[in-house]
Amino acid sequence: MYRIRFHGRGGQGMKTASRILGTAFFLQGYEVQDAPRYGAERRGAPIFAYVRASNKPINERGIIRCPDLVIVADDSLVPVPAAGVLNGLDAHTVLLINSDEPAEVWRHRLNIDNTIFTLPVETEDREELRFIGATCSGAAARLLGVISREVLTQAIEQELAALGKKVVEKNIEKALSAFDEMEPHAGSVITGPTISASDYDSPDWIDLPFEDARISAPAIHAAATSMEVRTGLWRTLRPVIDYQLCKHCWWVCSTFCPDGAIDVDDEGRPHIDYDHCKGCMVCVAQCPPHAIAAVPEQEAQAQEQAGAET
Amino acid sequence: MKRMLLTGNGAAAWGARLAGTDYIPAFPITPQTEIIETLANWIDTEAMDARLVTLESEHSMITAAGAAAATGVRVFSATSSQGLLYGMEMLYTVAGWRAPFVLINVSRGLSAPITLEPDHNDIMAARDSGFLQIHCATCQEVLDSTLLAFRLAEDERVRLPVIVNMDGFYLSFTREPVELPDTESAQAFVGDYDPENIRFRGSAPLSEAVAVLGGAPYSYFRYETHMAAQNGLAVYDELADEFAERFGRRHDAIEAYRADDAELVFVMMGSFATKAREAVDRLRDAGQAVGLLRPRLLRPFPAAHFRRLLAGKQGIAVIDQNLSMGMGGVLQSELASALYGQADAPPILVSFIAGLGGRDISSEEFFEMIVVTRKAVQDGQVPPPRLVYTATELRELRKLQAVAQVERDELNISTGKGGEHD
Repeated sequence: MYRIRFHGRGGQGMKTASRILGTAFFLQGYEVQDAPRYGAERRGAPIFAYVRASNKPINERGIIRCPDLVIVADDSLVPVPAAGVLNGLDAHTVLLINSDEPAEVWRHRLNIDNTIFTLPVETEDREELRFIGATCSGAAARLLGVISREVLTQAIEQELAALGKKVVEKNIEKALSAFDEMEPHAGSVITGPTISASDYDSPDWIDLPFEDARISAPAIHAAATSMEVRTGLWRTLRPVIDYQLCKHCWWVCSTFCPDGAIDVDDEGRPHIDYDHCKGCMVCVAQCPPHAIAAVPEQEAQAQEQAGAET
Repeated sequence: MKRMLLTGNGAAAWGARLAGTDYIPAFPITPQTEIIETLANWIDTEAMDARLVTLESEHSMITAAGAAAATGVRVFSATSSQGLLYGMEMLYTVAGWRAPFVLINVSRGLSAPITLEPDHNDIMAARDSGFLQIHCATCQEVLDSTLLAFRLAEDERVRLPVIVNMDGFYLSFTREPVELPDTESAQAFVGDYDPENIRFRGSAPLSEAVAVLGGAPYSYFRYETHMAAQNGLAVYDELADEFAERFGRRHDAIEAYRADDAELVFVMMGSFATKAREAVDRLRDAGQAVGLLRPRLLRPFPAAHFRRLLAGKQGIAVIDQNLSMGMGGVLQSELASALYGQADAPPILVSFIAGLGGRDISSEEFFEMIVVTRKAVQDGQVPPPRLVYTATELRELRKLQAVAQVERDELNISTGKGGEHD
């Protein structure tokens, strides 16, 4: 059985990517199971989706503990523990990372010997980012080596039909280009072993101790703990205020911000709390004099770094 | 017949559509909402001829469902978890009306603490309501059970509402290959709603909210409902045979998987039971005679089926994905009561609580349950019930508690109470 996990951020299309791959397997004659997994459905939050495919009916269910292939659409997720990108990896697991850094750097950084492939990030044209899901599923299909170009095309047509011909064609183009790019590595992904009932590691079960309600009631004792959650990490676009254009209206952007992440000081200047701004761009859309620009987060961070160094 | 990939939610919506549902009262809740969205979209695009109304709560939704069913139209609705509990008063009420309709529940653990992931405490809360319950393990079963549920609900020997249960995430958002019957064969199976069974006529109003004092009339009505629910067993068996004949898929009251020659048997419900199937296959590979019984019907409880299927077995490992506080697993105690005093019942019944709030159950854990059960058989001694929980998990929990403890200490210092942990 093939076990494949997709990691990305809410909005990047990982659920769609997993469905494209699932449908491709299905059309290729496999039994299939695909599912997304998320908590609070929020744009930018880490999510994952998984696909199982087998020649026999599938009885396994739920999250994949030891994947054959892990696909990462956003390389900034790799070090985020909550994203669980590296969960359950073993030596046979292949990684496909959407990253400008080469596989060798990732192997060194993660201190692993696994097979890693990278897909270059296309940041010049943000329009291209919309197709990262298709790109990932195309590359994955080729790495698996059991899905044909025709079937991949058909799967995209089925899954994205509602989005119209133009979008479908663009996605097919992207997926096939990634498919062809991975040609030299076709069939790199191999299926992992099945756990044997005669030779396995016993679970470390324990008897749960009784603890009184001062310990065991699910209470949080501190105030304002949501401040500790840096939801700014979810951001892929950063709103940047041009104070030359800002009219100091004092209320529009801060009122519309759904996260209360914009404060206005005594002079009527708005300040964005980047630790908690999720990058929804509502302020960009609302600002009457168009004083807030949407800057790709990576670009904004690079500028910040350059600024700090000079 | 067409085979396609569908989520459990999609399969439920198809079930409602193929059964020719007339009326759908709705209220959104995760992880069920996709069912209602799918139906709304079909109605909007005229792919389905039905009326969908969003109510202001599950309480009103169940009321509307019962009221509409009492007028003789085919009614479908769906909810989950807290929503099912919010409608609980009316669940009991409309079952008492003997209003037949189908409600999907997408199982999700109950608050507090709150979660989105599945266990069966929500559906167990509806156990004594008078609704019959069918529990599904696959997306195919969700669709097929929805069709079966309408027949079961509307049968004149039953005439009670039916809940079809599926696990959130593990079925609701999971796509699997599903064979979609064509409309004609589905409708040939479900048939028309029999208005004679309801006898509601325009301009001939009826009142469902009868008051009875003194106990005896009340006892009569309640016990009649109980007997109608019990009739559901024989009716269900007939329907399962007819369904298998028409569609080639068997959905028995209890799924018996490699259980015929098994010495030890897992008993569990819902989609996690497919993991048990996988574990049974691996155990069989290792030469162990292990099987699985999975009740699809919880109400009526298939006690006689259990007695027959378990006769002569050495031991049972029952896995409850629910917890009755102060008692333990519900399935375990119901099974024990069904087997009590039976001469050939397995002497060993080991209780495991697992999968609460969607907590995964690994293959190794299924294997270990068999180790524990086999030892119990050898020793002739039943071990205490076990929560399937690891030292690693407790260590992770301790980290969360450490944060909470630090916060509490800080709070106490700032309010001048001083730290109180020692």
